Amino acid sequence: MFAVPNGAKRVRLYLGIAMIVMVAALTLGKTTASAEEVVNLYSYRQPFLIKPILKGFTEKTGIKTNVVFAKKGMLEKIKATPGAADAVLTVDIGRLHDMDEAGLLQPVQSKVLEQNIPSPYRHPKGHWFGLTLRGRVIYASKMRVKPGAITRYEDLADPKWKGKICTRSGKHVYNVSLFASIVAHSGEAKAKKWLMGLKSNLARKPQGNDRAQAKAIHSGECDLALANTYYMAKMATNKKKKVQREWAKAVYIVFPNQKDRGTHVNISGAAVTKHAKNRGNAVRLIEFLSGEYAQKLYADQNYEYPLKKGVKTHPLVDSWGKFKADTINLAKVANKRATASKLADQVDYNNFRPSN
Amino acid sequence: MNIEAFPRRLAKRFQLDFWTSGTLLLAFFIAAPLLAVSIFSLQPSGDIWHHLLTTVLSRYVMTTMGLMVGVGIGTLLIGTATAWLVTLCRFPGRRIVEWALLLPMAMPTYVVAYVYTDVFEFAGPVQTLSRNIFGWESSRDYWFPEIRSLGGAIFVMTLTLYPYVYLLARVAFVQQSVCILEVSRTLGKTAWQSFISIALPSARPSLVIGVSLVLMEALNDFGTVDFFAVETLTAGIFDVWLNMNNLSGAAQLAVIALCFVLLLLWAERKSRTNQRYFNTSTKYQALPSYQLRGIKMLGAVLTCLLPIGFGFILPSSILGYYAWNYYEESISHDFYSILSNSLVLSSLSATLSVLAGIFLAYGVRLQENPLLKSAARLASVGYAVPGAVLAVGVLIPMGKIDVFIQGFLNNIFGISTGLLFSGTIAAVTYGYLTRFLALSYGTMEASLMRVTPNMDGAARTLGLGPGKTLKRIHLPMLRGGILAAAILVFVDTMKELPMTIILRPFNFETLATQVHQLATDELLEESALGSLSIVAAGLLPVIYLSRTIRGTRPGAGK
Repeated sequence: MFAVPNGAKRVRLYLGIAMIVMVAALTLGKTTASAEEVVNLYSYRQPFLIKPILKGFTEKTGIKTNVVFAKKGMLEKIKATPGAADAVLTVDIGRLHDMDEAGLLQPVQSKVLEQNIPSPYRHPKGHWFGLTLRGRVIYASKMRVKPGAITRYEDLADPKWKGKICTRSGKHVYNVSLFASIVAHSGEAKAKKWLMGLKSNLARKPQGNDRAQAKAIHSGECDLALANTYYMAKMATNKKKKVQREWAKAVYIVFPNQKDRGTHVNISGAAVTKHAKNRGNAVRLIEFLSGEYAQKLYADQNYEYPLKKGVKTHPLVDSWGKFKADTINLAKVANKRATASKLADQVDYNNFRPSN
Repeated sequence: MNIEAFPRRLAKRFQLDFWTSGTLLLAFFIAAPLLAVSIFSLQPSGDIWHHLLTTVLSRYVMTTMGLMVGVGIGTLLIGTATAWLVTLCRFPGRRIVEWALLLPMAMPTYVVAYVYTDVFEFAGPVQTLSRNIFGWESSRDYWFPEIRSLGGAIFVMTLTLYPYVYLLARVAFVQQSVCILEVSRTLGKTAWQSFISIALPSARPSLVIGVSLVLMEALNDFGTVDFFAVETLTAGIFDVWLNMNNLSGAAQLAVIALCFVLLLLWAERKSRTNQRYFNTSTKYQALPSYQLRGIKMLGAVLTCLLPIGFGFILPSSILGYYAWNYYEESISHDFYSILSNSLVLSSLSATLSVLAGIFLAYGVRLQENPLLKSAARLASVGYAVPGAVLAVGVLIPMGKIDVFIQGFLNNIFGISTGLLFSGTIAAVTYGYLTRFLALSYGTMEASLMRVTPNMDGAARTLGLGPGKTLKRIHLPMLRGGILAAAILVFVDTMKELPMTIILRPFNFETLATQVHQLATDELLEESALGSLSIVAAGLLPVIYLSRTIRGTRPGAGK
């Protein structure tokens, strides 16, 4: 490679290449310079889920969408580069709440949004809007759990389920959110006792994702699990993976707490950032997402519960029956997330060992 | 270090010439995100420490130590043993395993973790088959190692990370002088004794750097440990940051982990303060090769094949099987632009990191000044920080510069530029430099250490300036190291995820982010093709450069 007298040339060559690539790359990365109508999005939602919806938006309005998908550091990115993003899309209330607390969102008044989205699922001053609901439910084994044997989250702490329950990490957002709702309803002390009870009923160390819990019920490792509603549908309708259809067949959904406060639900939502440069377009996008077309796609493609009245859920989701959702203000639940996460530490939830 | 002597030495030696100021500036530029993280850590973090100390912190620390010790020992043994065998022994297939041993490096660790979990978990084929054969019913009827455990994490990380040690060890072994080895043998030592007493100590700086890179990687990893439900300090950092919405608390944890790494490095250096090994002889001959036979040959072949088999062949076959079956689901219509994004970023990152690494390592060497040394070292520990945390560190200075430029141009010229750095791949490239400098600087440092300062002295006495000396004396001798550094950074950038995700511009995908968005939905099969493409794209440069290293032995090919 480098013969001795060539060293200097080589270094210059390298520098040259670096410069050229750098310039090329900079122009390659710049997509937002032109004058066309755009809206810039930071999304916690996977692109392949929102792509069809965003395509529909562009076709209808002529507004182009630019998207970055990420899960960590979004809040800090909005803070560090104000105005870079006009709107955020999230799959949970927690992030929206954190951004709001950090003063990164702005109020939006929109007749359309107020009409489409029921008030428990949007910020009172329009700082954020829920778009769809997902229920955190109990998956129960068809073979080993009789219908009616479990009806409430509180029952999960009942010693009769010892060694029968599987969950994913107690630190995963979905579980933290459920735990936080228990704290919000019953107070910290009771929630802690409940969490300890749940932990001592575990069948294995908390692990895997929501689908993995159904898989564990199917394979006989456990009888009950905590998971989100739409995963059930995604497994049941999986064309290519027969095993996943079998996992789904092994379980049925229990909507907990139907006789009292209702099943814990989380939202997928959207908000306009404080320094949005394309505020109008951002509002139009969120309105579009709350509208008939997008809500139908959310319901059909990702099996979530649309928030707009009159939009039908997917027939499979319908077959699980209607359920009563917890209508506690989600900001109150989000407020308890830190407490819930600390409770999980205090009972050492993720450190479960089967011999316990 | 003698504390009293410190200021005097500083005053005497410190000359603010081109190299010194350049080294300082460059080190500061690269360390800026790390400094930003440290600044976060100075802000109050509420009662988080009380909470952590009374609950999970001790477990996080123990788990982290366990992981580091396990992975450290595993990679050191595999990396050194295979490098030695390949460099100095003859056995069938040696020419192939020589480069094939690097292949596991191209596999993203979290992907290997997914694959092994699929195979070895309760519902996976291995356990299901055992249950069917032996008639066991539930997990209580038999014992099977739990793959989602600390042991599993050590296993998987050792498999994908040992090539770091192998690569550096091999460069060291290839470039050693045979004379000392021969003297040792003539003095009656056996091959094994010569290895222990001669080759190993002289390769120690390289081995240490290799292992420290591995340890930093183990420390910054989130994807793998999260998937295995192993809670290390990094898991704690993300929990405090995202679930408890406490960035300063998370930054404090990260800074403490960082100090721990610095302490380890310092202790190691201290323990060999007065040992330096240079290649003093200019007499280079072809490396001797010991022809292995019988059981020894079999042992050597197995030692080399096992890590390749478990680290590369098995996982990539499974991925290949998935990719074949899920081809339609996984092929993306803009696959080629995604591939080219990955290649452009990786080449850019490798080039910049190597240049910066050479500059810093040489700048430090010129002055032997403790301030410069510390600055360079600080700039190269970004690798130990979880990528997402470091990315936040990058955002802060980048954002400030952007807002300033935007305001400036807007006020003076009325031009609206948009966000010049954070809106383009400049941000992510800068991020890579901060993250991967450890790889190139470490490699350069190790290579330079083997060049005796007498060479510098001779060149300078003969009238060459520092720059010319670098070009004409050092660079040619550093070829092996430069190539090794380039491979490491290229492949690591290819796989890099957390920084790419946060710092990339709008609508910008790389192979790694593509794999990630499918993998986060646990669509392992659909993401298999993407994972394989990462491996394939890393493969060719790895093979090419590895073959070139063999030719970098001084005197080779002449």
